This record gives sequence, structure tokens and C-alpha cells, in this order.
Amino acid sequence: MEHAIETFNLTKQFKDLTAVDHLNFKIKKGEIFGLLGPNGAGKTTTISMLCTILRPTEGTATVNGYDISKESGAVRKSIGIVFQEPSVDDILTGRENLQLHAMWYGVPKETRKQRIDEVLNLVGLESRQHSLVKTYSGGMRRRLELARGLLHLPRVLFLDEPTLGLDPQTREHIWEYIERMSKEKDMTIVLTTHYMEEADRLCDRIAIIDQGRIVVMDTPEMLKGSVGGDIICLKTAVTDTERFRKITSISNIEVEDGYIVLTVGNAGEHLQEILNLAGKVESVQIRPASLDDAFLSYTGKEIRPDSGEGGIAQRIVREKTSR
Amino acid sequence: MNEAEAIYALWYREFKVFTREKSRVVTSVFTPLLWIFVFGGGLGSAIDIGGINYQVFIYPGILAMSVLFSSVFYGVYIIWDRKIDILKAVLVAPLSRTSIFVGKVLGGCTDSMIQAFLMLMISFAVGVYLTPYAFLMAVLVLFLLALSLVSAGLIIGSVMESPEGFNMIISFLVFPLFFFSGALYPLNNLPPWLAAITYIDPVTYGVDALRTVTIGVSRFPIYLDLSILAGFALVMFTVGTIAFERMNIL
Repeated sequence: MEHAIETFNLTKQFKDLTAVDHLNFKIKKGEIFGLLGPNGAGKTTTISMLCTILRPTEGTATVNGYDISKESGAVRKSIGIVFQEPSVDDILTGRENLQLHAMWYGVPKETRKQRIDEVLNLVGLESRQHSLVKTYSGGMRRRLELARGLLHLPRVLFLDEPTLGLDPQTREHIWEYIERMSKEKDMTIVLTTHYMEEADRLCDRIAIIDQGRIVVMDTPEMLKGSVGGDIICLKTAVTDTERFRKITSISNIEVEDGYIVLTVGNAGEHLQEILNLAGKVESVQIRPASLDDAFLSYTGKEIRPDSGEGGIAQRIVREKTSR
Repeated sequence: MNEAEAIYALWYREFKVFTREKSRVVTSVFTPLLWIFVFGGGLGSAIDIGGINYQVFIYPGILAMSVLFSSVFYGVYIIWDRKIDILKAVLVAPLSRTSIFVGKVLGGCTDSMIQAFLMLMISFAVGVYLTPYAFLMAVLVLFLLALSLVSAGLIIGSVMESPEGFNMIISFLVFPLFFFSGALYPLNNLPPWLAAITYIDPVTYGVDALRTVTIGVSRFPIYLDLSILAGFALVMFTVGTIAFERMNIL
């Protein structure tokens, strides 16, 4: 078994909405795999099916070689889950949360204490382990969730929007933990995110998912490469964009908020030429293509980078679809 | 082995919650005390029932009431657990739903029985003196009530999708169960329509059994009360395991 996860036409239908539409993908062992997409794309639904929280309407998948429909018990034993909304228990201390989790997952008594110390150390919560979780900050809760997800040494760890709504510093910490786990424990990690930066930083491979389908699946580098090098934004009086077609290395031309956005193989080589064509230029911005651009070019939409609003919207969509 | 430990873990969580949320204990004991000392004491100053002071007469009824309220509330409380995802973490763990249900039921019974013990402790203040036998029998009856009503609450909680229905449960289930149980009045000379309803209210048999063992007043033979209570508990417990089996996680 070389694949940690394999899906076969995995589909989830909610009344009149196909949230996940015949997904087929394979995730290698030890890989960090990202499901990237806008709110409501079907990321959480996909993960929920893989975690045996939701039953697929059609198709199936294997996780660690176990069928998610027929062997849900075995799947659950072999995976760890970190939910989008913290599910740690407020009224217990951090350590108590971990103790209960260890018992639920059958971590042997002899190794329990050592495992708990280990994960607390990993996420840096030793000093607060005896405080009630309700006194924790959002970032600390997320870290505790991570620690809990790792406690029983799962072979696959699912992270649903692991840094949603966290401040930049905490996000950085969480990213470090995720990288460390992946390296030290050779764990397969599947994460959903709508932060491009996060996918770019962490993932070995990314599946861009939109309206329940995989639009494209590749490494972050290849995805960025496929967009074609650099992005040039021009503010100019010129409205006719067709003239830029003369330059063959321009792969895409768009007009956005009064800016002409050009995708160019190498901005340096063609800048003079472009400026000549553009006439009187008010401003020019040049930057290397990012995953945002890849996402935009594959889905035709922009992913919303804001966390707060997106989170709430996603929650509402989820609550509606779960009814 | 793992399941037994998991059940223990589930119970332990509930117990911790109970001991940490002291306001819940205080509140749950406070209302029954009002009933006994204010309602019972007030009416008792004017009313006897079959030669028994009214306050003494309703004491067993209020014992049943305290267990009724705390048990059903406890069960329905899982709606909030689901809302804030605590339950989700348990439901995705590799545990059988039966174990989860058993753990929850034991947690609820523990809460209710602790309150029941507190209520039994004040029996002397009402003028009811319990023999050890009466005490043990009262505990048995209250436990059967707790078992069935916690299960019933969990069943409701597992199918209800939002906490908005909570008040409806109180108005249309908990209060009727209480008022029709004969906790506050004797069952002997009721109008037929009222008598009919009291007979189908399972709490009636709990109240009657408690009255039998604590103050020696009864409407039905004790073996009938206990059989109905045990049967009710068994049915609720079984239905509860099925309800949990079918409960959706999201």
C-alpha cells in the first residue's frame, strides 16, 4: 500500500447541491496534501467523508487501506482530526482533555503519560497544561487540538483550516508544528485551506477544488509555473488590450479594477516593449506569479483572503448543508 | 477493555463538569427546596391529606421532581455539546455509539443521584424519618427514574437539531410529566380524565413508590410500581442506544 488515501468517484449530494462531485485522487504516504478552494468549494465535505463523519452518496475512498464506508472503525483508529472549530472541552484542563482522548483512542496505559508530555511539549503548552481550556486564547486552543490529534500517533492527520482566524504569529507557529510532525513522525497530512500562503508554504501537492471538483492538482511550484512567470499590473489611459497580443510570451491579459493585468514569461525581458505599447503609464507593478494567480487562472475567481468573514460564511454554509 | 475505559473517560468528563459547575448543583437543589418549604410549608399550614401534613405528603413527589428535571435537562443538554462540537470529538473517536450512550447515561445518573442524595439528606427537616431500608429503596426508585429520564432526555437531544426547541421540551414534556405524576396531590379521587393521564405518566409510579417507602402511603402495590419503572427504564435505554446509533455527527 503506497497510498495513504485513494478516492474512487467520491461524491456527496445534499438535497439540490452537489457538494463533492466524483472526486478521484491519490495521496502518497508521508505527503502534505492541500485541498485549496474558496468557501463552499467542498473541502470540508471531502474531509468529513474521509474521516467517516459523513457518508458518501456515491463512490468511496480508502484511508490507510481501509474502506471509509465498510471499515469506519479501523479508519477512525488510524487517523487524527483537527476540526475547523475548536472541539476541545472548555471546562477541562488541557491535560485532562488529552487524558480523555488517550482513553478514547486506546493509547496504552503505560505510554499514556509519556505521549501526553511529548505532544504538550511539541505544541508548547506544558506551562498551561493544568489551566482550564476556557482560559486559553484561540491560538492555544488550536495548538491543543493539534496535540490531541497527534496523541495516538495517527498515520494520517486531517487538518480542516488549521489557522483560520489566527493572528500571523500564531499561524507561523502552527505551520512550524505541522512541518515538524510531518518530518519527525513521517505522518501523512491532509489539510484544507483557503489561504494561498499556507498551501504554498506547507504542501507537497495541492488540489485546487471548486464546486466540488478538482480543477487541477500539482505541486505549488508547478502550479505557479503554469501561470507563467511574472504578473505586470499597468495603470494607463489605453483601453485597447489587444495590442499586447503582439508579444508572444504574454500568456494572459485581463482588465481588473481599471488595471491591465498581464501574465508574462519573464517581465524583465519584455518590460520596455510593454511600456512602449502602453503609452503614458500612471503606475506599474511587477511581481512573480503566486498561487493566487494560479487559482484565479484555473477557477476564474479570486479566493477571499480575509479570515473573519470567510469563516462565518463558511460556517453558515456548513450549517445549512449539514441539515 | 478499551470500551470500558472509554466509558469511564466519558463518565469522568461529565463528573468533572458537574463538580466544576457548582452553580448548576445549587440551582437544581434550590427549586425543589422552594417547593418543599414554601409551597409545601405554606399549604401545609392549612391542609392535611389523609391525616398527613401536606408538606410531608409532597416530599416524595418533590424528590421525584428534582430527579425528573435534572435528568431530562442533562440529556437535552447534548444539543449544546453538539453545537459547540465537544460531542463531535467523541463521535469521531473509534468508539461504539453504545459506549458513548452508556457513558453519557452514567454521567447523567451520577448528577441526578448526587442531587437526590442531597434531597434525601433534608428528609428529617421535613419531618420524614427514613429507615436504612426506606433510604435504600428510595435510592433504587430514584435511580430507575434517573436512568429512564436521562435516556429520554438524550433521545430528545440526539434528534433535536437546535437549542430553540428547548423551551418546548420543558413546557410540553417536563412540566406535564411533573403535574400529572400526582407529586402534588393524591390519586384516589381524581376526575376520570385526569386519572387516565396520571396512569400513563411513568413518573406517577416513581412518585407512588417513593411515597410508599418514605411515608407509607400508596396507590399501587410496590411491585407494580417497580416493574413499570424498570420496564420504562429498559425501553428508554434501548431506544436511546438506537437513537445514538442513528445520530448524525454534523
